[in-house]
Amino acid sequence: MKEEIIIAGFGGQGVLSMGKILAYAGLMENLEVTWMPSYGPEQRGGTANVTVIISDKSISSPVLDTYDTAVILNQQSLDKFEAKVKPGGTIIYDPAGIHRPPTRTDITVVPVDAMTAAIEMNNTKTYNMILLGALLKHRKIVSTDAVIRGLKKTLPERHHHLIPLNEKAIEIGMSIS
Amino acid sequence: MAEEIKLMKGNEAIAHAAIRYGCDGYFGYPITPQSEVLETLEELMPWETTGMVVLQAESEVAAINMVYGGAATGKAVMTSSSSPGVSLKQEGISYIAAAELPALIINVMRGGPGLGTIQPSQADYFQATKGGGHGDYHLIVLAPATVQEMADFVGLGFDLSFKYRTPAMILADGIVGQMMEKVVLPEPRPRRTKEEIEIQCPWAATGRHGRKERNVVTSLELEPDKMEVNNIRLQETYKHISDNEVRFKEYYTEDAEYIIVAFGSVARICLKAIEDARSNGLKIGLIRPITLWPFPYKEINRLSKTAKGILTVELNAGQMIEDVKLAVECKIPVYHFGRMGGIVPNPGEVLTAFNKFFPEATNNANL
Amino acid sequence: MNREDIIKNGTIVYNRPRLLNERNTHYCPGCSHGVVHRILAELIEEMGIEDKTIGIAPVGCAVFAYNYIDVDWIEAAHGRAPAVATAVSRLNPDNVVFTYQGDGDLAAIGTAETIHAANRGENIVIIFINNAIYGMTGGQMAPTTLLGQKTATTPYGRKADINGYPIKMSDLLAQLDGTCFVTRQAVHTPAAVRKAKKAIRQAFENAIAKRGTSVVEIVSTCNSGWKLSPAKSNEWMASNMFEKYPLGDLKNI
Repeated sequence: MKEEIIIAGFGGQGVLSMGKILAYAGLMENLEVTWMPSYGPEQRGGTANVTVIISDKSISSPVLDTYDTAVILNQQSLDKFEAKVKPGGTIIYDPAGIHRPPTRTDITVVPVDAMTAAIEMNNTKTYNMILLGALLKHRKIVSTDAVIRGLKKTLPERHHHLIPLNEKAIEIGMSIS
Repeated sequence: MAEEIKLMKGNEAIAHAAIRYGCDGYFGYPITPQSEVLETLEELMPWETTGMVVLQAESEVAAINMVYGGAATGKAVMTSSSSPGVSLKQEGISYIAAAELPALIINVMRGGPGLGTIQPSQADYFQATKGGGHGDYHLIVLAPATVQEMADFVGLGFDLSFKYRTPAMILADGIVGQMMEKVVLPEPRPRRTKEEIEIQCPWAATGRHGRKERNVVTSLELEPDKMEVNNIRLQETYKHISDNEVRFKEYYTEDAEYIIVAFGSVARICLKAIEDARSNGLKIGLIRPITLWPFPYKEINRLSKTAKGILTVELNAGQMIEDVKLAVECKIPVYHFGRMGGIVPNPGEVLTAFNKFFPEATNNANL
Repeated sequence: MNREDIIKNGTIVYNRPRLLNERNTHYCPGCSHGVVHRILAELIEEMGIEDKTIGIAPVGCAVFAYNYIDVDWIEAAHGRAPAVATAVSRLNPDNVVFTYQGDGDLAAIGTAETIHAANRGENIVIIFINNAIYGMTGGQMAPTTLLGQKTATTPYGRKADINGYPIKMSDLLAQLDGTCFVTRQAVHTPAAVRKAKKAIRQAFENAIAKRGTSVVEIVSTCNSGWKLSPAKSNEWMASNMFEKYPLGDLKNI
């Protein structure tokens, strides 16, 4: 099993942390993982993307040509990465802010109204977890349980009360995608 | 105690490994993409546990001179920075090498020259392996390709640097500094005691403590005859290191008709390219120098006797290729493929470059 | 009467301090360095700290200070002595650490290291020899060279519009919260030597008690660089240098 994922959007949308949570879930399932950010000078606002590879074998290159899955959060990222999804792969994207949706027919395209759902949850910070839920529904990379265990591992104790909220966001992501 | 597997960035791994090694002091100045080293150390507060000193200096210049001072007292001390900051440290590095002091310097390279970019680069190869500062000296240069090696090379770098009384450098790049991977941290060990330091470093300026002869740590010798003796001694040390400490890793070289030479994270990109190529019948092998100085000349020379050609892949305009050419002694063609300015090639680009330089290889494979 | 007889008779009133070894110094006759070295050697012995003192030598005339005083030494790069001393002191808190720096080392190339070590309140002693000239390299302008003063690089005298003003480094350092004691002394008369010694003793006591950074500036002569006899140098110093660099404590808490 090997899943090569790109998550791309604006800084501040939770791109890097979504990748991190996914990587930790891989760790929880005793898989090999790499998390490779495209780091920039801005804390917020600039484009941000992260390559996550989860595999049951050792991983050579953390830098990839093509991806099994692309999680896309803005138009620039879609323009950049749509062509780089392997045939048979998956694009998961939030239609909010996308005015030229994906056109490829040899891949699975999954629109997820994640921002709308996050606003309905009264917590826009759940945005990336909703998208993660959609990702986990369409690509069986790691179990939800592993994600929750990974969250427990990474979140400081004082934030553990937020874990049920995140779990709920994953469920919603699964149900609306 | 069971090994605990952790997920962390290469820069964080360096900080954890330093504390566990029993490092006495870290002195640094923030610069992207390596600031996590200092940030992680400040967060872990090792002064509360092992007694390790962590200090944010006023400049890279001050930081390397703090390392010089600490090392002169026999302590295991280190600094880290990225390319422009490491340029500033060159004065101190030359003094540390000249005074025959152990120290660990980490360069998480970014694109240059000048202020350049914060994205990954390997353009400081010349600076690290050919001197950098003034005078005839070398650093032991270790090039990690994984987060695990970022952690492991802290201990290795310190051990080698104390063994030979010469500074060691971990020459990493923004990729391996910023990426997260699984890592098993080394077993914690205590910092050396005063008594252990006096035994291991009888030359250290620790206060005389009843010593008959006082210790003076200096690189100054105005009498040319004596200064040449000092230089000869340094060169003898470098010869010992060259004879004994060459480290490298080979992949798929047994039947390789072509060889790629790459170091650090770029070697991993090349490995994926080679695996893809092999599935199409192209017999390419990889040699990854782990010590960039001393360089694996002999090993590359050996491979050049059976290979038809060599491609070096670097994040620079062609630096390591000079050493590869020295190793090959003009026996087979050696080409360079590089990206600069913070751009990292993907495996496909590496193969495209390979096909451009060795079109006959692809034609044969297709037959 | 030979030397041994004098010693036997108990008439000896003055001797080479035990820690000031018998090497001939490279300092010019009349230079203030020799006197300050002697004070340091006497004090380290009197205070019984020779086993734990570590000196940090500068670049400049005092680059070979480590040849003359029998304690452990580290020779620093130009201007970096306070950074070197910072690490030595932090990693070896039981040791007594002092830097010995000239005006070029401390107030030009090493300004940042000096100010930041003092601002962190490192428990070190900084001995600052201010002779308003670069002696070692042949008498060029120093940051502390007086306006109008002729040097190899200000052959017509230092001019403010070209070279800026002489820097009062001790005044700057006295402003910093990390310094506990900043004083300006001289060694041109026996009385001044006694006062300077007292000040340096206090500086070492501060370091041992971990009170922060102590700075002892010694307004000094450079008769070779100034192209004056030793006696005339002392006169020139008293009538020109002390106006810009008045003697006395700038801070003592």
